Amino acid sequence: MISFNYTIWIPLLPFMMFIVLGLAGHRLLPKLSGLIGTAGLGIITILSYFTAWSYFFTSEKIGGAYQKIEAANITWLQLTDKLHIDMGVLLDPISVMMLVVISTVSFMVHIYSLGYMKGEKGFERFFAFLSLFTFSMLGLVLATNIFQMYIFWELVGISSYLLIGFYYQRPSAVRASKKAFIVTRFADLGFLIGILILSFNTKTFDFITLTDPTGPAIAQGSSVAFMGFSVMTWSMIFVFMGGVGKSAMFPFHIWLPDAMEGPTPVSALIHAATMVVAGVYLVARMFPIYYFSAPAALDVVAYVGAFSSLFAAIIACTQTDIKRVLAYSTMSQIGYMMLAMGVSGYGGHEGLGYMASMFHLSTHAMFKALLFLCAGAIIHAVHSNYMTDMGGLRRYLPVTHITFLIACLTIAGIPPLSGFFSKDEILAAALHHNKFLFSVEYAVAGLTAFYMFRLYFNIFWGNETHYHSIPHEAPATMTVPLILLAAGSVFAGFIPFNKLVTTDGRAFESEIEWAVAIPSVLIGLAGIGIAYIMYARKTEIPDKLAATFKYTYKWAYNKFYIDEVYLFITKKIIFRYIAEPVAWFDRHIVDGTMNAIAFLTQNVSFRIRGFQSGQLQKYAFVYVTGAVLLAVVLIYLWH
Amino acid sequence: MNAGIPLQYFLVLATVMFFVGVYGFLTRRNLITILMSLELILNSVNINFLAFNRYLYPHKLEGFFFSLFIIAVAAAEAAVAIAIIINIYRRFTTINVEDVNEMKY
Repeated sequence: MISFNYTIWIPLLPFMMFIVLGLAGHRLLPKLSGLIGTAGLGIITILSYFTAWSYFFTSEKIGGAYQKIEAANITWLQLTDKLHIDMGVLLDPISVMMLVVISTVSFMVHIYSLGYMKGEKGFERFFAFLSLFTFSMLGLVLATNIFQMYIFWELVGISSYLLIGFYYQRPSAVRASKKAFIVTRFADLGFLIGILILSFNTKTFDFITLTDPTGPAIAQGSSVAFMGFSVMTWSMIFVFMGGVGKSAMFPFHIWLPDAMEGPTPVSALIHAATMVVAGVYLVARMFPIYYFSAPAALDVVAYVGAFSSLFAAIIACTQTDIKRVLAYSTMSQIGYMMLAMGVSGYGGHEGLGYMASMFHLSTHAMFKALLFLCAGAIIHAVHSNYMTDMGGLRRYLPVTHITFLIACLTIAGIPPLSGFFSKDEILAAALHHNKFLFSVEYAVAGLTAFYMFRLYFNIFWGNETHYHSIPHEAPATMTVPLILLAAGSVFAGFIPFNKLVTTDGRAFESEIEWAVAIPSVLIGLAGIGIAYIMYARKTEIPDKLAATFKYTYKWAYNKFYIDEVYLFITKKIIFRYIAEPVAWFDRHIVDGTMNAIAFLTQNVSFRIRGFQSGQLQKYAFVYVTGAVLLAVVLIYLWH
Repeated sequence: MNAGIPLQYFLVLATVMFFVGVYGFLTRRNLITILMSLELILNSVNINFLAFNRYLYPHKLEGFFFSLFIIAVAAAEAAVAIAIIINIYRRFTTINVEDVNEMKY
């Protein structure tokens, strides 16, 4: 048995960096603080890879299954004898896999930010926040119990808020950060309710106890019923609500496109690769409970995922801000992962969906981070977010062009790039479970290829726009991460996930199902072809199509007016009929009572303060008068 | 010896003296006069003590001693009060209580 005690340093190190950079960063040279942050992340990356290597290849397996290892656990808050909140490090296949993904992407983003954020005001603040985020995200994936996860869940929320609002002088960034925070916070309310119901029924927070398929927790909780579903189903649906918020699934997706106001490396790290997949990770973490005690909740996961992926893919086809296209694409891909989770079974080949979801999570982290970083390089060169301001950039930005192309091919699912493998597994899993969802995902695959190549052709081909200054390739600090991530996107598909990350820890055999794979590749190619015809050269076709499907186009362009629906519900209904009366009550009745008391006291005391004159004789006069009156009353009137 | 004087006479005298004193205490603004009114009040009490002692418990001496005690205290008090009044006069060149108001704040 090898010791994993050192893994406690993986989350602690970025926390210490956050403290150092946050408190002393402004005294250091900006470059030095950036280098400290990046070097620290480098150490964490090495530690994570080492952990993954020792966990997967040298740790002891029992019956061929990877064990869940509690590397560290301390009681943080001892509330009563039975109720205590722990902090610790839990190693199992998914958390180790997430360690590798998070540290890799985070490290790349740190290097990239050294170039991208150069000369920005608040450079060291940026790196401090990045460290805080890395700390929270690592704490989240390594959590030993659901309450620890919830704490770090909120911490990633706050780091996301801080980083979206990094340009706090821009009102739009401030609005976006508030929106992201409030929407996810609202969803987290559901998460908290779910946790409370769950732990009330199972009497534990601990993940190992909770997810043990033979343990008491799963069998015990499924009996009590409420409104047709078991209590466990309800709690899992509520827990999933938190995941919906964090992973920007419909209907809590509205914050993600606006979150693109943050610096682009942040979008790559938080809003593409790591934080937004926390919802998927949450479902994966609780998967045995979902599968054994709450199959209805698992269906909810599948349908929410499928709907979100289709919905976001349609919107992505019409947007012109390149980062927003990528944001909707992220939402769509996370929908894929949710769907795969939702259709998965447990154990062996049945657990294909679970494996595929985690597989797609890691490949998606690579290629989506790459896409965002490329977008950052493009924006850096062109100083605009809109693809209408771009065109013909392939000659100016060769490295970005090639890496972006690789990422687009990966997301479109062209073999032998990584996206092909993971997407194929998801489609295969969906086929065996639910034909309807499977066909939806085929459609989304085509749309994905189409909108990604629409982006690609519009930026790098098309008619050359006249630029104010000639665009130039980004510095090496930015291109090196691009190349490394591109390599990751190409080769990540060859990682044998079916041997490593499975529902029960045992390896199973899975092969590419060509009957599923070939049509999906063809659909992807068709999407690329249509995009080529429409956008490779400036043509009339897009405008004509937009004119033909006028209303559909308009609805999709305006994101199906979901934001407006929210505004209507909040402003016109909640604010007017609930918030305003409550505010009126508070202002007039509650405050009014207090003000009246204060006013009365003041007035009365103003009037009677003349009595306290300091003239002793007046006091004596009052006293004597009173005494005489009392005497008269007592002697003559009291009988 | 003075068995002919009834108790009521003493009480009426004491009451009259007491209220004269109270009246003076409340209305006068001159510190010396206030002090004199105070003495009147004290002495009216003394008369009451002596009269009741004499008529109710002729063989006991508590009333006499009490009035002696009051006389002693009144003498001491008068000494202190006059000292204060002199000091006030030196400080303000007046002994009118309404003009002596600087300690108010």
